[in-house]
Amino acid sequence: MADVTMRIWRGDASGGDFQEYTIAQNEGEVVLDVIHRIQATAAPDLACRWNCKAGKCGSCSAEINGKPRLMCMTRMDELPEGTVTVAPMRTFPIIRDLVTDVSFNFAMAERIPAVLPPPMPEGGYRMFQQDVERGQEFRKCIECFLCQDVCHVIRDHEDNKQHYAGPRFFIRYAELEMHPLDTNDRRDYVREEMGLGYCNITKCCTEVCPEHIKITDNAIIPLKERAVDAHYDPIAWLGRKIRNGSKRSAAEAGVQPAP
Amino acid sequence: MTEYEHHDYDVLIIGAGGAGLRAAIEAKQRGLSVGIVTKSLLGKAHTVMAEGGIAAAMGNIYAEDNWQVHFRDTMRGGKMLNNYRMAELHAKEAPDRVYELEQWGALFDRTKDGRILQRDFGGHRYARLAHVGDRTGLELIRTLQQKVVSMGTDVFMECKVLQLVHDSAGRIAGAVAYWRPTGEFVTFKAKAVILATGGVGKSWKFTSNSWESTGDGHAMALWAGAELIDMECIQFHPTGMVWPFSVRGLLVTEGVRGDGGVLRNSEGERFMFRYVADMFRAETAESEEEADKWYADHSAGRRPPDLLPRDEVARAINAEVKAGRGSPHGGVFLDIGSRRSAEYIRRRLPSMYHQFMELAGVDITREAMEIGPTCHYIMGGVKVDADTAATRVDGLYAAGEVAGGMHGANRLGGNSLSDLVVFGRRAGAAAADYIEGGHGPADFDAGEVAAAIERALAPFTRESGENPYDIQRDLQDMMQANVGIIRNGPELADALTQLDDTFSQRVANLKVTGGRAYNPGWNLATDLPSMITVSKCVTRGAIQREESRGGHTREDFPKASAEFGTFNLAHSVSGGTYDGEFTTVRSPLLTMPDELKALLEEAK
Repeated sequence: MADVTMRIWRGDASGGDFQEYTIAQNEGEVVLDVIHRIQATAAPDLACRWNCKAGKCGSCSAEINGKPRLMCMTRMDELPEGTVTVAPMRTFPIIRDLVTDVSFNFAMAERIPAVLPPPMPEGGYRMFQQDVERGQEFRKCIECFLCQDVCHVIRDHEDNKQHYAGPRFFIRYAELEMHPLDTNDRRDYVREEMGLGYCNITKCCTEVCPEHIKITDNAIIPLKERAVDAHYDPIAWLGRKIRNGSKRSAAEAGVQPAP
Repeated sequence: MTEYEHHDYDVLIIGAGGAGLRAAIEAKQRGLSVGIVTKSLLGKAHTVMAEGGIAAAMGNIYAEDNWQVHFRDTMRGGKMLNNYRMAELHAKEAPDRVYELEQWGALFDRTKDGRILQRDFGGHRYARLAHVGDRTGLELIRTLQQKVVSMGTDVFMECKVLQLVHDSAGRIAGAVAYWRPTGEFVTFKAKAVILATGGVGKSWKFTSNSWESTGDGHAMALWAGAELIDMECIQFHPTGMVWPFSVRGLLVTEGVRGDGGVLRNSEGERFMFRYVADMFRAETAESEEEADKWYADHSAGRRPPDLLPRDEVARAINAEVKAGRGSPHGGVFLDIGSRRSAEYIRRRLPSMYHQFMELAGVDITREAMEIGPTCHYIMGGVKVDADTAATRVDGLYAAGEVAGGMHGANRLGGNSLSDLVVFGRRAGAAAADYIEGGHGPADFDAGEVAAAIERALAPFTRESGENPYDIQRDLQDMMQANVGIIRNGPELADALTQLDDTFSQRVANLKVTGGRAYNPGWNLATDLPSMITVSKCVTRGAIQREESRGGHTREDFPKASAEFGTFNLAHSVSGGTYDGEFTTVRSPLLTMPDELKALLEEAK
């Protein structure tokens, strides 16, 4: 097979540039294989984050020819002929080379009020497949943060990071909202504190999801509807008052995130 | 001593996979301060790679299932080399640990009446694996991760521990580590340390393990004065991908066979019927017809031989390939496409479907997969007390893959995830008991810290030296060739000579280029001492165990020997480094109480 030229961003927080590496290709390789061979030979200090190399851990996110993808699941032979450009995710601060500081996401995870099921009955909970499947779709998430990377609300507006959870965590809020056991009501919280309203449903997140989760259609839109209902629909509000609420508010439940 | 960033905790947990996170929850619930150190990001640990399920005798599908049957299956699967007490505790406690995960938000697949669905797996008499499609490990780690985060636990991500630190009385006092993003050193003082560092598979060329599985915890425990047992017992999972070459070794879940997939050779023959060992003959189907009835109803026929324990299946595949009946790329065929509907396969095995479609261009609903054995798991590990996960070093505990004994000579599929949560919890509780009992270090050996840091930095200061990647590649090639699935005396002796002389020398003289911040070459340089240490123990054990048992096969000693079935091989090292003086001794198995012996007798 012909050699390929890889144009890889090298540098750190103080700056950097693309460097070219020309290397032989082997049949069936993915981008991460080629990066590894460059590491093992020409550039042992080339920083890239990876773990499973099987599309299951979500560590090796990068922008390949400008598109956010997993390096381990992008086959070289599916890319157009010519130079392949590999850059770090742009939304997050650079640590080195292809490695970015994704701590924003872990900070957002800490702010999620915990799951709060009722006490478990003798012999375990009963839940039905059709009810768990809604949440299971969102629990496929491998936390590659490509959806966060491509979301223009944070990609183009750094200050939004303080009050915007982003698609990865909207699917988590949706999962908890649809969880058959959870009693913790986060609808006001996700609207008021997590910036759900900033999402204007451009579906960029859904397009880049390597797990093919329908982030916008199955999570964000239903979550928006539920959050809005909770806040503005007087009948729904009254109904909840009368039923005394099947879900408690996050504050009442006393499971606000740890400091 | 030079000042470094320093943290104090009651309990320091090294590793953030299933065992580490479960231990953290337990210690945290006891009101202790807990720090978790992981060399990757939180949620990326190798636990996410577990596919098929978590074994627990809940009896949701077959009411006849109970802990006694699970215990018996585990002991037989482990070829009786197990620490019986660990197997007993594991079988008894696994159901509670699964139910507990549901209380923390896990969503397992369900039966029609709304209970947790359980699937068939190799070596388990009944359908026993709670699962979420074929991504059960992800569900486990995410559930534990979310629980740990909601409890406000400190997690040090991309921080690699180099060495454990003692106090002046020889108790464990903490650890020294470095931050991968910056290359700066950090010390942790703790009253107790729990190792939960996972496996060692990265020392083999074809492995399902990630870069992290370098045996750091095994090596650190050994250097700190603990013993390692059963290190020769390595599980080669029968079904790893063999093509494309770049993904060779990548795991294909046993769930494919549990859900109806069968193994065939190049002649289309279901060859496993020819490889049924005497131990399993009475419970294994004799014909394809009988085997196929079993999937729908376990009382209508006996188990298909495709679902024998992993060591049996891996050896059979190896033999077929050697006999010239392999697939084009040197494996055999795993066929589910001709046996189950496309809809069923995509629902039950979604990530296998995508893995083959995207990486190999193979549609498993229509074509057979090419698969072969891949280095997957080490049964051996740190010798621990079954009830407390305590090592022989005061204040040091080990749980999960890094601990030895639970699985004996061969682990059953699904018993790993349950091992993590059962013994992770026990380690956390025992560490808490130790601390509440007023135990803990008197001081913190600054000399050990300084020495560890000096060793870590040495590769930067050498004028010249080898690229660590070259050493790693040669080590993987050598271990694959000499200490692989089928072993013999001369090759093992050659391996040990190479490890003791060539590789130790090469590691002592390697050179790292670039700076300290996020430098993967340097990171590898700090992994190599662990890899060499573990490889030495594996090879020494393999030389001394002159028999074949479970994950250790000697072509020069092809049968199991009654004498060798009475002890584990236990390793220790003096000098606290990879080039110290290694010792290997016979350590007798625990004596099983009569009531447990009776369970095994009944089963025959």
